[in-house]
Parts: sequence; structure tokens; C-alpha cells
Amino acid sequence: MNKMKISWQTLGMLAALLLIGLVFSVATEGTFLSPRNLSQLSRQMAVTSMLASGMVLVIVAGQIDLSVGAMAGLCGAVAAMLCVQADMSVPLAFGLALVLGAVLGAAQGILVAALAIPPFIVTLGGMLIFQGILLGLTKGVAISPPVAFLAVGQNYLSAAATWGVGGAVALFALWQGRSKGRLRAISIALGSLGLAALFNAYEGLPVPVVLMLVLAAAFWLVSAHTPFGRHLYAIGGNRDAAFYAGIPIKGRIVAAFTLMGAVAAAAGLVLTARVGAASSDAGRMLELDAIAAAVIGGTSLMGGRGSVWGALLGGAITASLDNGMSLLNTEPYWQPIIKGAILVAAVSADISLRKGKS
Amino acid sequence: MPSLLELDSIIKDFPGVRALDGVSLRLNAGEIHALCGENGAGKSTLLKIMAGCYGHGSYQGAMRLDGVELALSSPREAEERGIALVAQELNLVPALSVAENMFLGREKGNRIRVDWPETQREAMESMAKVGLDEDPSRPVEQLSVGKQQLIEIARALSKKARVLILDEPTAALTETDAALLLKLVKDIASQGTAVLYVSHRLEEVFQIAHSITVLRDGKSVRSGPASGWTRASVVADMVGRDLAAAEASVPVPAPSGKTALKVRHWSVPRPGLPGFFALKDLSLHVEQGEILGIGGLMGSGRTALLSTLFGDLRSSCSGELSMDGATWRGAFSDPGQAIAQGLCLVSEDRKKMGLVPGSSVAENLALASLGEFKGALGLLDWEKLESAAQTQATALRVRAASLQVAANTLSGGNQQKVVLARWLLTGPKVLLLDEPTRGIDVGARAEIYRLIRDLAAGGLAVILASSDLPELLALSHRILVLSEGRLSAELGPSQFSPEAVMHAATS
Repeated sequence: MNKMKISWQTLGMLAALLLIGLVFSVATEGTFLSPRNLSQLSRQMAVTSMLASGMVLVIVAGQIDLSVGAMAGLCGAVAAMLCVQADMSVPLAFGLALVLGAVLGAAQGILVAALAIPPFIVTLGGMLIFQGILLGLTKGVAISPPVAFLAVGQNYLSAAATWGVGGAVALFALWQGRSKGRLRAISIALGSLGLAALFNAYEGLPVPVVLMLVLAAAFWLVSAHTPFGRHLYAIGGNRDAAFYAGIPIKGRIVAAFTLMGAVAAAAGLVLTARVGAASSDAGRMLELDAIAAAVIGGTSLMGGRGSVWGALLGGAITASLDNGMSLLNTEPYWQPIIKGAILVAAVSADISLRKGKS
Repeated sequence: MPSLLELDSIIKDFPGVRALDGVSLRLNAGEIHALCGENGAGKSTLLKIMAGCYGHGSYQGAMRLDGVELALSSPREAEERGIALVAQELNLVPALSVAENMFLGREKGNRIRVDWPETQREAMESMAKVGLDEDPSRPVEQLSVGKQQLIEIARALSKKARVLILDEPTAALTETDAALLLKLVKDIASQGTAVLYVSHRLEEVFQIAHSITVLRDGKSVRSGPASGWTRASVVADMVGRDLAAAEASVPVPAPSGKTALKVRHWSVPRPGLPGFFALKDLSLHVEQGEILGIGGLMGSGRTALLSTLFGDLRSSCSGELSMDGATWRGAFSDPGQAIAQGLCLVSEDRKKMGLVPGSSVAENLALASLGEFKGALGLLDWEKLESAAQTQATALRVRAASLQVAANTLSGGNQQKVVLARWLLTGPKVLLLDEPTRGIDVGARAEIYRLIRDLAAGGLAVILASSDLPELLALSHRILVLSEGRLSAELGPSQFSPEAVMHAATS
């Protein structure tokens, strides 16, 4: 649990991802696995997976946040407006957007923890409110942020930097696995070097993907290796036990929502930059994609169980489905139908396997 | 004349425990039969068999109604045969109306449409039988607990019950309501219903019962007309177990004389019942190295005492608490503060309040002290944590395949040791134990007793609340007995006897 161990569950997800990749590459005669498409796919999954990493913390504590999509849209638009209309520098606008997300998240967390309003209600209300504010701010007109803003969504690392990232991940994995789990460490190292080569075969590692990886690594550390993170698991796993162990439940929940808010803002910046515009319906439904990714990745909505890496895999699975179906020119209405079916199937497989085990 | 309902040599086994060992019981029409016994004597199990919760085939022995063998498969079938159980906890849906609750699961009308006028009319009729005159469309939650209890009885009667089983019906009632209920029970019996009445309140038993059966350790020790007993003889039969079977007394160093925790005028109101108290004006102290026993029946305030001392303010309280020369008005604001002061609580309900089931044993062990194991960058130092957990686990002889397995895979005794070890990692001064060996097998019990003694010998102050008399008597240096939220006796070692505790607890 505390180590990054690969369970049957993770293996199952990896197998599902490989199967999806195989099916699509056969169906598209190789286009799916082309460096260009994989680069595209990874950029598509970045925003959802960032949100999903934060969502794991919230769900693991037995909570839910339905407002993250609207919050991402709102924070992205605010940053864009600060740059365009207030002539603010891009880093300052980004900083303010992150603070805004954190404050909105904290406010929702306080309503949930201190007033004991169910998180479903608080964040459903938050979602509607943020959508309304976004519409009011943009007045339905898309705002185009300056070029410096677009970097976080559209730029690529140079080939050397891409190799650097791949190499760093490989070295870290090998160092982690120096005593046990060598096989796993070696496969992760080879995998990351292979991916670096793949990305360099196109234009290099996309910046949003770098941000996604950094964020996921940070949240993995927080969730698996800090007292704060372990407290969240305990709260979701058995709230009474956590209370009797002296864990400050309310404070922890507020903190989880605050982090989630900041992550939503970060995801919103990447989203706005990738699309190249802040529109009035930006981020809509992203919260559901993020929840779906976390759940497909093994996070239990009952709380107490889930992992950030799983959510990343879940995000990769849903993004691959979207991308593959687009390549095949499937009618657009099939995409949500297939995703919905996969979500239900993944959870029911998890439940029946779990029953069989215990 | 054959009895209305006859139980013949009922044996019921649970994994590892024989809950009932050849119990026989006869209920006659028009008779009130009281069933007495300590907590854990097997009463609930017996009631559940009679009410069809444990179906035919899950136990040995025979049950006969009017001399004809019964093979019940479900509570519904029991009700159809005229056996109705009113459980100790209210089984009403709070937001639904009185009438709906009355006919829950057997709605009037047909499959498609509920016949509301008929439902209301029959609900009124059933209520009249228990002396209630409430608006049948009122939500049940707006009625007092006493009236809700009467609604339950009315519901049972409306099922044309010939055998009515009442499990501690007065436990949550005020004295006035209880008196009304007792009168009602007599009326019901005089109309020819057989009543099986389970109660800890012996005065009630002697007020209404025609005959009494005492259960002990799953056996019926004695059964006969109420006139053949006195209160003292009932108590003697309830507790008369071989005390030698409890732990042979191992000498423990006497208390140090240094007060570890002192509580004055501690009062805890009962939630939802203004004017009623789970604990009323209780004062006590415990010394370093002392094991202070808290005796009393279920609902006497034992659990309320320990949980409020630990800062569980889900029930508010007043009074004064001192430790180490410092004094707090009221209680600690939350368990975190209590832990910081050196208190810890091993609660009665391990599953609900102790363990995080899916987390590893190591993590459960360290749950209350995770902050102590921070290493570089505020990250957890797993090696340090695991070695500390391993040390405690070894000291307490926790048997687990490894510290990495999920905590819920351990046996009850080992789970309890994990919870205990968690607290020892926080370096406590006062250990609060609430039913520390409930549901734990005999072997593990002995180990937990040894641990408690060792901890006290090491200078820890221990408050031990237990309904297990041998346990209480064998471990304690001093015993306080609670009855209905008040201190009813303080016993020194020379006064220790099961009868003394039972007398004080039922007074």
C-alpha cells in the first residue's frame, strides 16, 4: 500500500490499455501508434488526468467534487482576462488564478466540513455558480490569451530536455527499485526511455504532459507518503476510527478541497492554453471525465481506496478511447456511450474480483 | 395441557462459540414469562431463533407451537404463525407516518394501489389497543421515544400475535412511560397472549412476571414460577458462574497514590432527551498504576463516561477534569486534545471505531502518531514507522502474516491488540478501556488481561469498563458501579463479589 507496488489491479489496467492500443492500431492501420498521434493523445489526456490526480485525494477521503470542470474553466478565463484586459504579466496572472482556485476550493471545503453539507450538494451548487460567473465574465465571447500564455498548453520540450526527463524518471525508478522490485524498476526505466524516444520522433515532450507528470508525482507523494495523505485514507476508510485516533477531520477535508481547487485552476490554465481561447463553456463535463478516470483507475467512491497512478492510467484509457474512435471517424455520439459502458464494466469487474478474493 | 410455545433443548453454535447449549422454555397463553441473564448469556440469540431470524436448520433442538413442530425460515413466517418480536432498538422509519410504519411490508390495498383510508383506520384501531390516540399521518420521528415504543408494540399486536416477545422494552423510557408500558403488557397478557419479557430491571420483572427463566452462558440454569424467587436469588443465578475460570489473580503492584486523572461533577445529557442524563454528577479519580473498574449494565453510562472523557463531544457534557495539575472545564474539545494530554481510548466497537479495515496493520498501528514519523521533506519515514510498529507488535504479540496485510484480515483478539498498540505508540498516561475483550476468544483474552496488568504495573492508570463480571473482578483494584447514569456503589477489594456488583447495578 505504501510502496508503489504493482497489484493485479494495475496489471489489469495496463493490459486493458495495451488491448485498446492493439485494437485501434490494427483498425487504423498503425496510425494510432504513430508518434504524432501519441503526442496528440498525451496532450488530450493531460487536463483530465491532472484533475483526476487531485480528485483521488478528495474521493479517497470519502468526498466528491463536481465543481472542478467549471472551476477550471473559470480560473482559465480569469487568467486570460487578467492578461488581455488588465495587461498583467503571464506568471502573475497564473499565480492569481491558482490562488483563486485554492480559495474557491477552500470555501467549498469549509461548507462541507464545518456545516456538514453533503459534498455532492456543495460542489453541485459550486459547479452551477462557477458556470454562471464564467458566462457573466466572458459574456459569451471567447478570449484569446497572449502567446506567452499558450506555452503551457502548446509548447514542446527540446529533444535534449525530453531525454533528460525520460532519463531522470528511469534513474529514479532504478534507485527506488535498488533493493526490491528490480524487474518492475527496469521495466519502468525502459518504458520511460522508450517514450522519450517516441516523443522525440515527433516534436518532443509536450509541456502539458510534463505538468501532468509533475503534478501526479507530487500528489502521489502527498497521498502515499505524508501523514496528511494517510489521514485522508483513514478518514475515507473509517471516519469514526480516524476521529478516535485524534485526526483533525474537518481541517483535513478543507485542505483536500483547497488542493483540489488549486489543481483545477492549474488544469484550467493548461486547458485554456491548449485550446487557445477561454470560452464560456470551457471545462464543462470535465469533472465527470476526471471522476471516471479516477474510478476506472481503481479509486472507490466509498472512500479509503485509490491511487494517483491508477487515476493516470484511467485517464490514459479514456483518452485512448476518445482518440481511437476519432481516428476511426466513429460517429461522435458513440464516444460517450462507449466510455459509459467501460466505466460500469471496469467497476463491476473490480467488485467481482474483490469478492472472489475475500 | 400443552404449552402455547415450547422450546426444547435448543443448541446454537457460532464459529468458535456455543451461544446456546440446550435451552428449554415453555410459554403459556396469558402468561408473562421473564427471561433474565447477563449480557452475553444468550438471550438475544434465543429471541432471534423464536422470531425466525435464525431459521430452522441453523440450530439444533425443536420448537413447537400448540404441540406442532415449527420450522420457521424467516421473521415473516414467524409473524404469520403469530410470533412477533419487538426488538430492543426501535425498528421504525423515522420520516414515514405512523400508519405507514404500522403496515410496512404488508401494505393495505392491492399490488398497485395503497388503500390509504383503510391503512389509517386500521392504524387508529391498533393504536387504540395500546392506549394511543395519535394522528396516523404524523411522521413517527415527531413522537416521543415512549410512544414510538408503543407504536412498535401496536404493530406487533396488529399482526395478530399470540406470542409477543419484548426485548428490553423499557430501556429507553422514562419512569412514567415505563409504568404505562408495564400496565399495557399486563392487559395484553390477560387477553390470552403469551408474553416473553426480557429486562435487566429486576423490579419490573417482579412486578409483572408470572414465571422466570434465568440464562447463563447459554444454558437455562433455572426456570419456574416467579413466586419461587427473590431478587437476590435471581442475581445469584445470573452471575453464579465459576469465577475460578476467570483469570487467576496475579498480584499487581498497588496503586502509587499519585492521582493521574480526576473528574468532578461530570454530567452528560442524553442526546434528544432534554432533562435526561446518560451520566449525572459523577466524580472519580484514578491513580498511576491503578486499574479502576467501572461496572454497570448496558446503558448505565459506562460508555458515555469513557467517550466524553476522551473528548467525543457528540454528546455535550459539563464538569471538571484534571490531569497533571491542570484543570479543564467541561471536556476536551476533540480526541486530538485528549491524546495530546496522554489519554487514549480502546473503544467497545473495534470495527466501527478502531480499525481502518483496508489499511495495513502497520498503518493502523501508527494511525494516531503518524506525525512522529516524518522524515525528509515532511514525507513519512516508512522504515522508522515500520520498525516502531514492529516493536510494539512484537511486544504485544500481534499475530499477523506481516505488518503489510490489511488489518481486517486479523482475528478479533489481534485486532484489539493492534488498537492497543496504536495507543502505546502515543506514550499515554491514562488508558481508557471499554469492553476490551468483547467478542474475543478465551486464549486471546488471557493475553489481553496480562497486557493490561503489565501496563498498570508500568505506571499507567487504567479505567476499565466491562460488563463481564469475572473480568472486572479479576483485574480491578477498585470498582465503581454505575446505575442509570449515577454512581451507585464504590467497592474496595474486600467487598468484591459478583453479587455486590449486580446488586448495585440493578438498584
